[in-house]
Amino acid sequence: MIELKDVGKVYNASDGDHRALDHINLTIADGDMFGIIGESGAGKSTLVRHLNLLERPTEGRVIIDGVDITDFQGKELRELRASIGMIFQNFSLFQQRTVLQNVMFPLEIRREPKAQNAERAHELLRLVNLDDKAKRYPSELSGGQKQRVASARALANNPRYMLCDEATSALDSRTTMQVLDLLADINANLGVTMVLITHSLAVARRVCNRIAVIDSGHIVEEGTTDEVFTNPQSEVTRELLGWGSDSASDRADGGDSEGGER
Amino acid sequence: MAEFFDNYGALLAQGTIDTLVMTIASCIFAYVIGLPLGIWFAVTAPGGLKPNTAVNTVLGWIINIGRSIPFIILLVAIIPFTRLVVGTSLGVPGAVVPLTVAAAPFVARIVEQSLAEVDKDLIEAAHSFGSSNAQIVVKVLLKESLPSLVRGAAITFVNLFGYSAMAGTVGAGGLGDIAIRYGYQRFQGDVMLAAVILCVVLVQVFQSLGDWLARSIDKR
Ligand SMILES: Nc1ncnc2c1ncn2[C@@H]1O[C@H](COP(=O)(O)OP(=O)(O)O)[C@@H](O)[C@H]1O
Ligand SMILES: [Mg+2]
Repeated sequence: MIELKDVGKVYNASDGDHRALDHINLTIADGDMFGIIGESGAGKSTLVRHLNLLERPTEGRVIIDGVDITDFQGKELRELRASIGMIFQNFSLFQQRTVLQNVMFPLEIRREPKAQNAERAHELLRLVNLDDKAKRYPSELSGGQKQRVASARALANNPRYMLCDEATSALDSRTTMQVLDLLADINANLGVTMVLITHSLAVARRVCNRIAVIDSGHIVEEGTTDEVFTNPQSEVTRELLGWGSDSASDRADGGDSEGGER
Repeated sequence: MAEFFDNYGALLAQGTIDTLVMTIASCIFAYVIGLPLGIWFAVTAPGGLKPNTAVNTVLGWIINIGRSIPFIILLVAIIPFTRLVVGTSLGVPGAVVPLTVAAAPFVARIVEQSLAEVDKDLIEAAHSFGSSNAQIVVKVLLKESLPSLVRGAAITFVNLFGYSAMAGTVGAGGLGDIAIRYGYQRFQGDVMLAAVILCVVLVQVFQSLGDWLARSIDKR
C-alpha cells in the first residue's frame, strides 16, 4: 500500500517559487491499477516521482507498506527504488546496450550473479514476447517494442509496485492498446500494483480500477473508474470528459501521440 | 628517389617513431589526468549528478587557464617542473611532460562535453532502479557516451600530433622538427615535403581510425 499524507511540493524555479503539489492525500491499495489523470502541467509527473523519491516533498509524508520513507537516504533509498519498477514516456532505454543488457541493468546494479541475470532477463523478455529481439539495440525496435522492453526491465527486481509515467503517450493507438493490455496482464497475473499516469481518459478507462484527477497540483476527484466516469464530481473532470465543454472532446479519444520517439 | 631514401629514410623513420611515441605517450597521460578531471567537472556541474558550484567553478578556472596558455610558452615555462618529473627537459621525455600538461585540460573539457550530452532521462531511469552515483558514472555516463569519447580522443590525438612539431624546440625530434630544420634552416624542400606528407598521412590514418571505431561502437 502506498500512502501520501498531505504531500506538498514547491519548486524554486528561476522565476520564483512554484507550487507543483498541494496537500495531496492519496491511498493506493495493493493490487490496484491506479490512474492519475490531468492535463499537461497539472503535476502528474511530479506526483509519481514522489513515490520512489526521485523528488522529495517539501511537506507531508510518503508511506509505503506502513514504512515512512520520506527521509530515506543512501543505501536504504537505493534499495527502496530498486523495489519499485518504473517506465517512462520516452522509454529511456540505454542506447548502447542490447535489449538483453537493458533488462539486466537493474540486476547488475544490485550486483546479482551475472549468469543468473541473463537467465532472468530472458525469462522477462519471454513474458513481454520479445525474447527473439534480445540481441538487438533499442534503435532497432518500434515504439511499442521499446516500451515492452522497458516494462521487462522494470520488472527485473520483482517489484511490488510499478510506476508508469505517460507510458503510452508516445505510441499510436493500436500500440497503446497492446502496451496497456501488457500492463493489465502484469497487474493481474503478477500482482504488481500499478500507478498509471496519463493525460488520456480513454487510457485510464481501459485498464484502471481507480482514478484520481489532478489539476494545478490538487487532487480534485478520486474514486473507482465507474464512479468517475458516470458521476464526475468536479468541474475539471467534467471538462476532461467533454461534458459541458466543447474543447474537451478531442482529449478523450486516447492514444494520441505527444512527444517524440527515440 | 632511391638515393633520397638512402640518405633520409632513416632520419624520417626515426622522426616518425619520435612523433608517434610523443603523441601516444602524452595522449595516454593526458587521459589519465583529464578523464577523471572531466568526469568530476561534469558531475559537479549545475544539474549534474552531484552539483557543487564551488568545486565546479574552481575546476572550470583551472581547465580554462590550462587551455588558454599558448603551447610554446607552456613548453618553456614549465621546464623546471618537467625536470622535476622526468629528470630532464630535453628529448622525447622532456616533450611528453609539457604535451601532457597542455592536453589534460583540453581532455577534461571534451570529456565533460561528451558526458553532458547523455540524455538526462537515462540518468533519471538509472536512479529509479536504485543506481548509486558511481554506478551511473560508469554504467550510464561513460557507457552511453563512449562513441563521443572516442571521437574526442581522436581529436586530442591529432591536436597532440600537431603540438609535438614544436617539441623540436627542446630537441625531442619528430617529423615536425625535421620539417622545420630541413625546410627553413637548410632549405632542403624535398626533406621538408617528405616529412609534411608523412604527417598528413599519419593524421589521416589516425583520424579515420577514430571515426571508424566511434561509428562501429555506436548503436544509436
Ligand atoms: N524541476 C522543476 N523546477 C521547477 N518547476 C517544475 C519542475 N518540474 C516541474 N515543474 C513544474 O511543476 C508543474 C507540474 O509539472 P509536471 O509534474 O511535469 O506536470 P505533468 O506531468 O502533469 O505534465 C509544471 O508547472 C512544471 O512547470
Ligand atoms: Mg509529465
